[in-house]
Amino acid sequence: MCGAKKGGLDLKGVDIDKEAVIQGQVLRGEEPVGGAYVRLLDSTGEFTAEVPTSATGHFRFFAAPGSWTLRTLAPKAEPVDRQVVAQYGEVAEVAVAV
Amino acid sequence: MSRESALVSADWVEEHKNDANVVLIEVDEDVSAYDAGHIAGAIKLDWKDDLQDQVRRDFVNKAQFEALLSERGVSSDDTVVLYGGNNNWFAAYAYWYFKLYGHSDVRLLDGGRKRWELDSRELTDEVVKREATQYQAKEQDKSIRAFRDEVEEAIGVKNLVDVRSPDEYAGRLLAPAHLPQEQAQRAGHIPTAASIPWSKAANDDGTFRSDDELKTLYADAGVDFGKDTIAYCRIGERSAHSWFVLHEILGQPNVKNYDGSWTEWGSLVGVPVALGDEPGKA
Repeated sequence: MCGAKKGGLDLKGVDIDKEAVIQGQVLRGEEPVGGAYVRLLDSTGEFTAEVPTSATGHFRFFAAPGSWTLRTLAPKAEPVDRQVVAQYGEVAEVAVAV
Repeated sequence: MSRESALVSADWVEEHKNDANVVLIEVDEDVSAYDAGHIAGAIKLDWKDDLQDQVRRDFVNKAQFEALLSERGVSSDDTVVLYGGNNNWFAAYAYWYFKLYGHSDVRLLDGGRKRWELDSRELTDEVVKREATQYQAKEQDKSIRAFRDEVEEAIGVKNLVDVRSPDEYAGRLLAPAHLPQEQAQRAGHIPTAASIPWSKAANDDGTFRSDDELKTLYADAGVDFGKDTIAYCRIGERSAHSWFVLHEILGQPNVKNYDGSWTEWGSLVGVPVALGDEPGKA
């Protein structure tokens, strides 16, 4: 099992050959933003899933391979969209600045 | 019913925080969310442990519901305001449930927990204990609850609305990916049902879309507003949310929630099932 990217979520127990993982952290400047909401939209813009960020601002999705949009909603911030491509065998790490 | 009578805003909740006849209740899919922080004064209901019979597959009966709410300190004439995470998914289920037992004044907090948090409004972990009451429920209002025989008779006659995700509708999945339990024997949908995922009724921030957007959403998917409607999902919770949209916000008469939903239908012997992305024929 390969280690997590520095500062990223631990990938222990996750078989990245079988899961197209999208994960990352929501930051305001240098500060992590906990309790933000990250929405996963498919390539047509349809809502697929949503998770709140952890106290350290982290989030993770087990997506399917393909193109996705991450839409982040945080208190006192405009929504932020980030495009991301997910594939098997690789973890898509996304830092979202709000 | 209408948007004005069924929904309250966060400001309304703040203005009524000292009103003894307004009871805030959080109902979440994630039942631990309340303990980490809730709106001041709110009590919690557990959609499974509190609201479902622990032996049969059914809801708690009238006497059990009365005992539950009496113990939690809710009165029959209180204004009950429900809220929760995930676009008020489980809060809408509880709303339907309160209506099923005839509670006269129930509202949903528009946007639920998410809008509240995005507005940076206050949450507290303070334990709330209300004085016990003598709650009186009414007999179940069967005009908002559909059972399987009625659903079978509705094929090709009434609007059937399947509010699960497109993959569940088509038969490619049996349950949302994060909820692997409670599965049916067969995948697919009830023939003639329109596919209108429940989550389309909400904006990004969890508030409900406008009346015009909601009407267009259902009409474009083939719902005939001149007919009666039955909504279903997998275990009846997401469809309670869609029932809320159709019956409470848009004021459609004769809308029922089929709480047996796909876990019942997909395990029944002798009923028709359609596969794929099209509704299929009666």
